[in-house]
Amino acid sequence: MPEYVEYWGIPHQWGSPSILVYSVMFLAAGILLVRFFLKARLWWKAGRSESRWDRIPTRIWYLIKYGIIQARVLRQSYPGVMHVAIAWSFFILFLGTALATIHSHFFRFLSGSVFSFYKLALDLATILFLVGAVLAIYRRYVTKPERLTYQPQFTWTLVLLVLIVLGGITTESLRLAVEQPVNAAWSPAGWLLARGFLATGASTEVLTNLHLYVWLVHLLIVATTILTLPVGSLFHVLTGPLNIFFAELERPTGTLPPTPTTADGAPIYVSKLNQLTWKQILNGDACTECGRCQDACPAHGAGYILNPKELILGIRSLMDRVKSGQAGYDLPLLDNPGLSQEALWACTTCGACITECPVLIEHIDTIVELRRDLVIEGSIDGELQDALTNLGRYGNSFGQSPRKRAQWTEGLEQPVKDATREKVEYLWYVGDYASYYPSLAELTRKTAAVFQKAGIDFGVMFKGENNAGNDVRRVGEEGLFEMLVEKNIKAMERCDYQAIVTTDPHTYNTLLNEYPFPEKRPILHYSELLAQLIEEGRIQFSNPLNFRVTYHDPCYLGRYNGIYEQPRKVIQATGCELVEMPRTRDRALCCGAGGGRIWMDEGNVKERASESRIREAAELDKVDYFIIACPKDYTMFQDAVKTTGFEESLKVLDLIDLVDKAI
Amino acid sequence: MTQDIYVVIEHIQGKVSDISYIMTAAAKDLAQHEGGEVVGILLGSNVSHLKDNLALDRVILGEHPDLKDFSSDAWKRTLLAVFAEYSPRAVFFGNTTIGSDLSSSIAAHQDCPIINHCIKISDQGLVTSQICGGKIMTDSQLSEKTTLISMIPGGYKPEEGQGGPPRDVVEFPVPDLSDLKVKVAQYIEPDTSDVDISQEKVLVAVGRGIQTEDNIELAQELADLLGGTLCASRPVIDQGWLPTSRLVGKSGKSVKPDLYLSLGISGATEHLEGITGSKTIVAVNSDPDAPIFDVAKYGIEVDLFDLIDPLLEKIEAAKGG
Amino acid sequence: MTEIVVIARLVPDLVEELEIAPSGKALDRSWLRLIINEFDNHAIEQAIIIKERSGAKVTVISPDAEGVEDMLYSSAAKGADRLIKLTGLDEEKKPTNKSLAQSLAGLIKEINPDLILTGVQANDDLTGDLGPQVADLLDMPYVGYISGVSLEGSTAKALKEYPGGLLAEMEISLPAALGIQASEEPPRYVAISKVRQMMSTANIEEISAGELDTEGEFTIERMYLPEAAEKAEMLEGSEEEIAAQLTSVLEDLGLL
Repeated sequence: MPEYVEYWGIPHQWGSPSILVYSVMFLAAGILLVRFFLKARLWWKAGRSESRWDRIPTRIWYLIKYGIIQARVLRQSYPGVMHVAIAWSFFILFLGTALATIHSHFFRFLSGSVFSFYKLALDLATILFLVGAVLAIYRRYVTKPERLTYQPQFTWTLVLLVLIVLGGITTESLRLAVEQPVNAAWSPAGWLLARGFLATGASTEVLTNLHLYVWLVHLLIVATTILTLPVGSLFHVLTGPLNIFFAELERPTGTLPPTPTTADGAPIYVSKLNQLTWKQILNGDACTECGRCQDACPAHGAGYILNPKELILGIRSLMDRVKSGQAGYDLPLLDNPGLSQEALWACTTCGACITECPVLIEHIDTIVELRRDLVIEGSIDGELQDALTNLGRYGNSFGQSPRKRAQWTEGLEQPVKDATREKVEYLWYVGDYASYYPSLAELTRKTAAVFQKAGIDFGVMFKGENNAGNDVRRVGEEGLFEMLVEKNIKAMERCDYQAIVTTDPHTYNTLLNEYPFPEKRPILHYSELLAQLIEEGRIQFSNPLNFRVTYHDPCYLGRYNGIYEQPRKVIQATGCELVEMPRTRDRALCCGAGGGRIWMDEGNVKERASESRIREAAELDKVDYFIIACPKDYTMFQDAVKTTGFEESLKVLDLIDLVDKAI
Repeated sequence: MTQDIYVVIEHIQGKVSDISYIMTAAAKDLAQHEGGEVVGILLGSNVSHLKDNLALDRVILGEHPDLKDFSSDAWKRTLLAVFAEYSPRAVFFGNTTIGSDLSSSIAAHQDCPIINHCIKISDQGLVTSQICGGKIMTDSQLSEKTTLISMIPGGYKPEEGQGGPPRDVVEFPVPDLSDLKVKVAQYIEPDTSDVDISQEKVLVAVGRGIQTEDNIELAQELADLLGGTLCASRPVIDQGWLPTSRLVGKSGKSVKPDLYLSLGISGATEHLEGITGSKTIVAVNSDPDAPIFDVAKYGIEVDLFDLIDPLLEKIEAAKGG
Repeated sequence: MTEIVVIARLVPDLVEELEIAPSGKALDRSWLRLIINEFDNHAIEQAIIIKERSGAKVTVISPDAEGVEDMLYSSAAKGADRLIKLTGLDEEKKPTNKSLAQSLAGLIKEINPDLILTGVQANDDLTGDLGPQVADLLDMPYVGYISGVSLEGSTAKALKEYPGGLLAEMEISLPAALGIQASEEPPRYVAISKVRQMMSTANIEEISAGELDTEGEFTIERMYLPEAAEKAEMLEGSEEEIAAQLTSVLEDLGLL
């Protein structure tokens, strides 16, 4: 019966091979651990404390899901298959080595059919690895996507891994060639190679000696890999899972943390390396440089200086300077590669980077914290300053009188209730754009008319409503956000209502995730309300539309709050045929307006995100309508169809336009 | 106290400012009600020829080397001496970068009242002022005492104050002007390499409503199509989006084009002052209450960005056909 | 240490529609929303710029009005050292600038500043400009329409704007009062949390303005909104239609 033979073909006159192997490996591992500790220690030394030890079972589940199964990595097919082929094969090969160790020292079980399966698994893992390696080589040296980092350490890693696996399969095949065991066919790749060795006609002795040399080299390469791990691109196999394990679990992405404070309650505005938390610094070392965030980032795509990958790596390179003794922990964060004011202000907070990151890096929290410092220092552009001043003064970014907030209601057949005076079922939180933006007034009236037709009992707060503050907060003006929240909660407390409805996903997000309502009541996006009304039969369509349409997921509705189905249900209920864009649902491209960008100077832009989005939609076959579900989207895409010249062929319509036409 | 109405004549770089003609026109109106004469006070150095084209009855001429440049200290001392000798019923000052340095200061010194922002003398002889950025009008009666009036343009055309030469010229002995507390160290001339917007026939003007620097290009496109020049109100210049030479209004230039097409300018008084000489003003603004609509011939209440594209198209089509 | 006094006032916010009081002779102040006079905002900024450049103690004085505390705290957040609120004003009636200037002059005399900065004008100043009146009562020279100041010994060097884009560099002997048109740099943004922090740390001194004259020496016969007849002919319709109408206007003017 075939059985696992320890150190086959390793001569014992040198002493026990296990002593050699274990000393080399323990030495390498020991050095690795010390180096890792020295590096990791700095996260806690440099960074502020932050507790991430709650909910351990969830954290372990995250580790399995994102670290082992690698669900995020698999979001993209080519790089996903490539990476899991390499990673999973190494898991199996590592497990194989571990099992062999158990067999040798504790419990002998690798014999007979178990042994044959064991051999088969390792052999298949080798094949799997080779597939992954070929994909990786092709990608890195032939297709060369822009998002990757092209530096020698990545080549070095790939060479080491390939050599390790080739070393393994070569020793295995040489053993097979010499021993020619009965279960040789269970190692198909190894046996194939073994027959190649046999075909050379080399003697058993030559093959056994060759085996010894290859085995020694293999051992050394493994040791080298372990030793160089903290300085090479493989370091992420340690930091990535750590980052995943310590991921933020308390807050949904739609909830930003408040400004941190020192022990005695003074606010901390982050401008220096040691004002980041250890977790934010860990982000820098955990980055795998895969560039998925860069690819997904609307600001990067538009040609702005912001690159979420470079931003996170900027933290890493600052830490490297600290480590090498060139600087202290209080290194300023900005004016460094990847980290600049301009980059921070370019962020739309769309959340695409966070959604793509395989190791769960939290870019936006860091960006907003840094913005808070810029706001405190007054380092903001003139347009943003005007908008914030207006928001502080009038409660809207337009600098219009609060008394004109409900001016859009003029011209409605049926008056709109004042929810601050009358009891209503739905409190409609209209938001700034829908209230004040001149070309949106008609759409807002249409929404009111549809609500009225559906017999909804609703009201608005007239001058009692202020901007809900979602983007004020994301701009980094935390104090103004708090002030707006106080005013709005006070106004809403005066109202008697059952639920809140809003057309604005930004308002929706902050009301849902950030407002400290004393009493929680449902908060609905109008797409949810419409879907519900359609389902209940309160809205019925007599005029099916037969349009071919596509739908743009608003960031703060989709990616942030997972509302994907309801708007689609509404679209389909109106009789439209929905054709999805390639970037849809949580992959949807931001329109470019979020995170306060709509208030800032546009700056030098190559291609606006909204234009890129319109081109994407225009490439769909025979789609005439571009459906949106966010007032800001309406303004952004109305402009974009004009500037891209698709004004005639692609019409921008709000969800409510469809409902109104189909009723 | 006499019933005479005095006008402090402003001039700059050897030219009588428009506001001086406008004040003269207003003074004539007021003199009719009060029954006095219109007297100009002309201060400067070698300026006597400047009186000739003003519709004044008399001129008090004060010449002194230290009055050559405008030093509020020198002018105030001289004017106080003039008022000590003569006793006007009312005195007009320009509500300008020159007159405003003097009028309120002299009012405080003489303990006499001052009525600000006068735009017109009403048919009843009341002083009509425009305050709150043109959103509020007031009609005021002169005080029993000598009353100072600070005048803004808009109510009279400069031609209404032209005429002359004055019947009488009284040379006034300028008081001691030593130890002046205010001196002009040097002038910084505006950049003359740029076009002179005061000479242009077609002007497209942009204001705060243009929102971003990038949008300036849109307005430029429109100006090019109309064969005109781009100019702006203060906020745009302050942002550095256009050079100071393109500033229209109180501290910029007064313009007199055939067409003044204003985009996103609400029309603060300081700006409106500079455009009253325009033949046709077309104003585009999203705020129906914007004061610019009070002076424009044609008003358009829309978001200017919604209008520009169709407008460019239509104009191109019209020019093509 | 150089002492700078800034006089900052709140004025009617023109974003709101203004109403006339039932008397027909004054603004209805119950309807008024007040806002910092933008020129005063620039004056505060200019004072802080001077302080940052060459050191100074900055005192901001404001007549009491709704929202004046916010404005004072926000000045403190920018860097003002002393905040004074002039109290005891009539809420219904605006005092004449002459009586306000007299009250301010008395107060400022005690501070004995080297420089007084204030906005060159305010939108509701029917009774003259405030700055020159205060200056005269304190026997200081006054220069308005200033867009930049630096102090050199006993002289202020200031940029004054003249019509036609002409600028002059003025030399003014201190002590002096300047009417600010624009600060060298646009007024900075003050984060709300900084203002709120000032609310708990900064102190606003309250000083009585004394008896102020609200009647004035001349009589306002009538206060009214501009007549609609003066309005422009409005072009109406869709953007397309308006564009067409405007094009034909331009054609009629012989411009195309």
